[in-house]
Amino acid sequence: MTEDITNRIRAIIAEQAMLEPEQVTDDSTPEDLGIDSLGLVESIFALEEEFDITIPFNANEPEKSQFDISNMGTIISAVQRLVAEKAG
Amino acid sequence: MSKKKPASSAKRAAKVDRGVAAPAIPEATDRAGRDGLRRVVITGAGTINALGHDVATTLQAFREGRSGITQLDFRDVERLSIQIGGQVHNWTPETYFNRQQILLYDKFTQFTLLAAKQAVAQAELNFEGALGLRSGVILGTAGGGLNTWDENYRAVYEEGKNRVHPFVVPKLMNNAAASHVSMEFGLRGPAFTVATACASSNHAMGLAFQMVRSGAADVMLSGGSEAMLCFGGVKAWEGLRVMSKDACRPFSANRNGMVQGEGAGVFVFEEYGRAKARGADILAEVVGFAMSSDAQDIVMPSAQGAERAITGAMVDAGLNRDQIGYINAHGTGTAANDKTECAAVAHAFGHHADKLMISSTKSMHGHLIGGTGAVELLACIMALRDGVIAPTIGYQEADPECALDVVPNESREVKVDAVLSNAFAFGGLNAVIALRRI
Repeated sequence: MTEDITNRIRAIIAEQAMLEPEQVTDDSTPEDLGIDSLGLVESIFALEEEFDITIPFNANEPEKSQFDISNMGTIISAVQRLVAEKAG
Repeated sequence: MSKKKPASSAKRAAKVDRGVAAPAIPEATDRAGRDGLRRVVITGAGTINALGHDVATTLQAFREGRSGITQLDFRDVERLSIQIGGQVHNWTPETYFNRQQILLYDKFTQFTLLAAKQAVAQAELNFEGALGLRSGVILGTAGGGLNTWDENYRAVYEEGKNRVHPFVVPKLMNNAAASHVSMEFGLRGPAFTVATACASSNHAMGLAFQMVRSGAADVMLSGGSEAMLCFGGVKAWEGLRVMSKDACRPFSANRNGMVQGEGAGVFVFEEYGRAKARGADILAEVVGFAMSSDAQDIVMPSAQGAERAITGAMVDAGLNRDQIGYINAHGTGTAANDKTECAAVAHAFGHHADKLMISSTKSMHGHLIGGTGAVELLACIMALRDGVIAPTIGYQEADPECALDVVPNESREVKVDAVLSNAFAFGGLNAVIALRRI
């Protein structure tokens, strides 16, 4: 289940970055992947739609959002947490 | 078969029948000016916004540093994650308009007409006869009749209705407000609407200024309006994730986004010689305007683009940097705008940047999007005419990237001779207006 979620997240981000999923690794930052602020907001929307979750994210203070976007690893664990909470 | 005009269309027709033989187009009042440039002054102002339903109340709120941002109140607001805004409260259109007019006027048109009537009343102008042919109206709006779109989409999609009111199109079109203003006063010269997102009003007023200055018109009504505070309007903005859930705190290090507002601002721009000859009360002189395009990004602003518009307005006005005492900032309270705008101002003004004052009144009335520059021009007029600088309220923490005198939290009494009003839109479209005390 978590592996399936991870792969789906990776596929969404890869599509946004116009890369292959295997090129998106846990330590890739949005910047590494060439995802700018608008691309990030778009990615978050795509993740919300895919998993039917609400991601708390304000582009003005990303560091204060309860959604860590530092790299793919933190994004994956945050999405997994939200999916688990929803299944709760 | 009778071809009698239906009663409803007769009711909507202009009050005065102007169907007489077309008179010759009169010449500009100041013919000699056609060789050079004519001076343009503001002789009337009107507004409705979250701070008040007229200019006096709005300026009083600026002086007091009072916020008009409240909990939003409209249908389905509970489904929004952003629930605050600079909403116009106690709005009763039936006080100003009859039933037929209310059916035909979206809220953005209602706001515009109210502000325009106040402005024309202050200017004490009558557009009957020749003046009407030499006068026009240019207004800014981004969303136009967005409430009308919203209500009617809800009717056909959500409620499954298959019929909408016949006035939906004339009500929602972005030029509806400009057209109704032209009909209300008989302005038969240039009339149109400008849509450049958050810079719409400044572009509109800049063009109106250029028309009077060039001799294309003698009097122009100009400004703008917005009425986007409805479920669909706010929901669309939520998508960008740039909105604050608690307050608009421009330039403050802890700012967390913009807050939407609604309302209108309308001004009477008049050729100086004409205004002086009739003894009009002149509020300020419009002296310069410049626009630029970043040609870079659909949402991220560019300091270079903003700086070119700021510098361009001063050059157009023939003003030196050190003559500018106050700037009404675009100051949206987003991370991106505020630091970019401060960088642009710092670069455009050099050492003088530390001496001038710059404030964002969006902290009080919210961001009126296409109408914002019009309401903000009131703060510029107040600075020039009353020597009172409107504050940036909600300012809590200094931000080294916004290290300018942002007039934090309290208004200030300072005499200034010349001011700028900034507007920088999504799409990288910048428009800056320069005014001078008279």
